[in-house]
Amino acid sequence: MITITRQKPLEEVVHSLNRCNKVYLIGCGTCATMLHTGGKSEVLAMKDKLEADGKKVTGWMVIPTACDELTREALAENAKDVEEADCILVMSCAYGVQTVGLYSDKPVFPALDTLFIGKEEKPGHFAEICMQCGECLLGQFAGICPMTQCAKGLLNGPCGGSKDGKCEQDPEHDCAWILIYERLKRLGKLDEIKEFVPPKDYSKMDRPRQIEVTPL
Amino acid sequence: MSLKSLLEAEKSVITAEVGPLKGTDINEIGEVAELLLGRVTAANVTDQQSSVMRLGSLATCHLLKDKGLEPVFQMTCRDRNRLALQSDLLSAHVLGIENVLSLTGDLPSLGDHPQAKPVYDLDSVQLLWVIKRLNEGYDMVGNELQGKTNFFPGAVVNPGADSGAAFELQLIKMEKKIAVGARFFQTQAVFDPDAFAKFMKRVEGFGVPILAGVIPLKSVGMARFMNKNVSGVFVPEELIDKMAKAEDKAATGMDIAANLVKELKDICQGVHLMAIGWEKRVPAILDAAGL
Repeated sequence: MITITRQKPLEEVVHSLNRCNKVYLIGCGTCATMLHTGGKSEVLAMKDKLEADGKKVTGWMVIPTACDELTREALAENAKDVEEADCILVMSCAYGVQTVGLYSDKPVFPALDTLFIGKEEKPGHFAEICMQCGECLLGQFAGICPMTQCAKGLLNGPCGGSKDGKCEQDPEHDCAWILIYERLKRLGKLDEIKEFVPPKDYSKMDRPRQIEVTPL
Repeated sequence: MSLKSLLEAEKSVITAEVGPLKGTDINEIGEVAELLLGRVTAANVTDQQSSVMRLGSLATCHLLKDKGLEPVFQMTCRDRNRLALQSDLLSAHVLGIENVLSLTGDLPSLGDHPQAKPVYDLDSVQLLWVIKRLNEGYDMVGNELQGKTNFFPGAVVNPGADSGAAFELQLIKMEKKIAVGARFFQTQAVFDPDAFAKFMKRVEGFGVPILAGVIPLKSVGMARFMNKNVSGVFVPEELIDKMAKAEDKAATGMDIAANLVKELKDICQGVHLMAIGWEKRVPAILDAAGL
């Protein structure tokens, strides 16, 4: 699974930097590079755009994995250019932005919006597969998640808006409940769809989510 | 007699839908209530239909009741979490509202506040289960209530689902709704009584009263729009043709609706008229249907 990001509109980025004349740019070599939102070429394109807007870009780098602890070292290695800047514009997911913020005293600004955690279903097509509800119900629904795949997260069958097997919200998107029905039928487990599914325990999603485990 | 007692006595009933307007002007609601009084057994009040922000269903139900018209409180799961749904149900009870219709609710993205956070904390089946618990004197986590509710819970079904799987899923969901307490059903709009009769045959053994939905056609465009966009609604070409050829579209649309009312009321336990802006014409449609 990777973190899916999208570039913010340039006007929004420029507006967020209105108090900064000198900017240091950071991209990410992992998810944001795969998504063409914060790899080397996008960082260089952003540099050109900011310079065209009258900003001074004091330097840039693409950290292999911006959310990693090595970000601290990367910042230290480039301390001179970073120091000269009024702020850092981070072209990675929100995790990378927070990591940079943790290890730097400069104000950080995101250049990307973090959309979801997903996977590449076919080349160039990324989709959400899990919304991390903390109470996995895949066993009841033939491995298809109605929390993620149904626009309303319905647990007891489709709403009245399913048309031609597609979702009312997005006619390109299959109705999760038709998929669940077809797969349970193939598995010979259609009776299971008739069971009442009680309300979900949303306290499992109380934020901020944290957990303690014994380190390896 | 109340909706509950008529349906339980297996009598045929007519219900109609009332859609609150956007704003605080309640003159229209009052006029519609007066026109419907004595002509329908009960009036459903929609809950911010199509996710368009409007006057609330609960307050409007109360206004109808004040006018002597029995309300059906439509409650969607779109805008309220389980605390708010249960609290509004208690409020509805103390205001004397007896009928509640449980619905999932349209997606906010299709309405006039697409930026809204969708809730769907419960689904329509779970909401029916919650109503049953409140009727038994408990909230949904098992705390005892000081004074229980006494609701007559209803639900919806879409008899015209377009594929084998979609149709079977409608029946499965309908059975689930009955198992957790639905005592009557109102359907999505029906335009083909023969197809509806086949649906009725399938659900014969379910043992719950069903009211067939009727929407009066206002134009050819409306019919085509529903065929293209509204799940489970199929207006046959023959009716579209009739509308296309009609000089007086409104009269023809009302005439078609009256014929549907006449035919459908004999196939099931009654009809639910969803006039969508034509509420004041409901008495004329019922006149034409001989009711």
